[in-house]
Amino acid sequence: MEKRYYQPEIETASYEQIRAWQNERLVKQVKHVWENVPYYRKKMEAKGVTPDDIKGVDDLHKLPFLTKDDLREAYPYGLMGKPLADCVRIQSTSGTTGKRVVAFYTQHDIDLWEDCCARAIVAVGGTNEDVCHVSYGYGLFTGGPGLNGGSHKAGCLTLPMSSGNTERQLQFMTDLGSTILCCTPSYAAYLAESIKERGIKDQIKLKAGIFGAEAWSEEMRRDIERELGIRAYDIYGLTEISGPGVSFECQEQTGMHINEDHFIAEIIDPETGEVLPEGSKGELVFSCITKEAFPLLRYRTRDICVLTRKPCSCGRTHVKMSKPMGRSDDMLIIRGVNVFPSQIETVLIEQGYQANYQIIVDRVNNSDTFEVMVEMTPENFSDSLAKIAEMEKKLVAALKAMLGIAAKVKLVAPKTIARSEGKAVRVVDKRKI
Amino acid sequence: MIYQISVFLENRAGQLAEVTGLLAENNVNLRAISIAETTDYGVLRVIVDDAERASSILLGQGNVMSMTPVSVVEVPDRPAGLADVLEILSEKEIDIEYMYSILGNGGEKAYMVFRASDEAKFEAAIKGAGLALATKADLGLK
Repeated sequence: MEKRYYQPEIETASYEQIRAWQNERLVKQVKHVWENVPYYRKKMEAKGVTPDDIKGVDDLHKLPFLTKDDLREAYPYGLMGKPLADCVRIQSTSGTTGKRVVAFYTQHDIDLWEDCCARAIVAVGGTNEDVCHVSYGYGLFTGGPGLNGGSHKAGCLTLPMSSGNTERQLQFMTDLGSTILCCTPSYAAYLAESIKERGIKDQIKLKAGIFGAEAWSEEMRRDIERELGIRAYDIYGLTEISGPGVSFECQEQTGMHINEDHFIAEIIDPETGEVLPEGSKGELVFSCITKEAFPLLRYRTRDICVLTRKPCSCGRTHVKMSKPMGRSDDMLIIRGVNVFPSQIETVLIEQGYQANYQIIVDRVNNSDTFEVMVEMTPENFSDSLAKIAEMEKKLVAALKAMLGIAAKVKLVAPKTIARSEGKAVRVVDKRKI
Repeated sequence: MIYQISVFLENRAGQLAEVTGLLAENNVNLRAISIAETTDYGVLRVIVDDAERASSILLGQGNVMSMTPVSVVEVPDRPAGLADVLEILSEKEIDIEYMYSILGNGGEKAYMVFRASDEAKFEAAIKGAGLALATKADLGLK
């Protein structure tokens, strides 16, 4: 493939140049946050750090961390770096106990985010000759809006399909000749299967796919590539930091380049918080150095991965991260949606069930299955099957409202949920990723 | 008042045997049994000779259960015996949630357990039609 870049002068800049940008932007950002985000300023003061102590990336480790708990505590406006009047967008994702994470964007923030997504699209070969088919959800979820904006900037003809309605997806894909598909890997696998079933593979013009928002294996990549006759690329991001495009894969397909002119990445020991050297496996931490409205510094992603600066054949110089290998908390990503066991607990208690449950996640035909085993309680029991079914339906609806995705509920007898060493096993993840 | 015991059952092998075994061990006599089920779980409904004792045994073993008052109707033991009763209930627009048969106390009568959505209306209709409601003694219950 021909080497193409959306912003070549940035994407192939020397390490020294990237470092110089980072030093300058970090110093400026710390000052901005100190002056505009009292919540973080207090954390800095508690650590005895002032903006004067931060002279560049080498001093980054002196700054306090931010976690999802901070986002919950500061909800909704506590971490904003700009007045609401300067903001133009809100995106959102699940929080730990039902309170959602909301992120704010100025027009400048949206521009930079869309640039990052455009880099990802151009990296997989996207040009103004392409039809970019975006099947991520549009709405509060960052997937649709992010890739949509990136596709515009890359000059592609953009198909804002959003998720679901497979029949319509396939019709547009065949009639309008989609060439680049953006969605979750499990939905890509599902579309591949639907195409096979209908025997319409010869009408599909796809050449590349950008698949993110959930974990997927190399085996799944090969399956999708073979079934759709495309190259499948990974993309990474999180709402707190901006959305998809924090990092993305190039044609080498050996890790995702982090957009280091906007985000400084560190790997830390999740237990001690100590910064680990390049090549170590640990928790990924991001500092946003160009964002205005939601300028998080040292945000702990809870994703476990490895960074490498080995030169890449694509010519990009930005550091590469491996696929996340796990989490340092109990968050699950199911069908691209963040799910915390504590959210399920909240719903169960509200609905009069015991907080004794087990989540069973599996991947069947490349698609996530999600079951919640719930112990029956005397309060929810009835001699009438119809009444039990009604309670069950109410629980399913409440879970959907809280989590944003549907779970299958399985009612079981009390004290049947497996316990190990007296402690209940809350999550059984059978997916092999 | 005749009480039915309902027990939550998971749909897996051996669940029913566990409950009936527990009652057998404690010398509780089953007089009627009915099961309603979905693919994942079921509700076992039983009438036993000693409902109080059976319920404390079941609860003691951690079962989820409930006790519900039910009406037991003496149904003429002849062709169309039940059909006639149901016809009366249908005319009065009384909704039956479920029903099942129960053993009498050695006599030649037939008995049916009814659970109506409106028990008072149900009882009035049965009595109005000249039908009898069974007593505990009729059914050999304590």
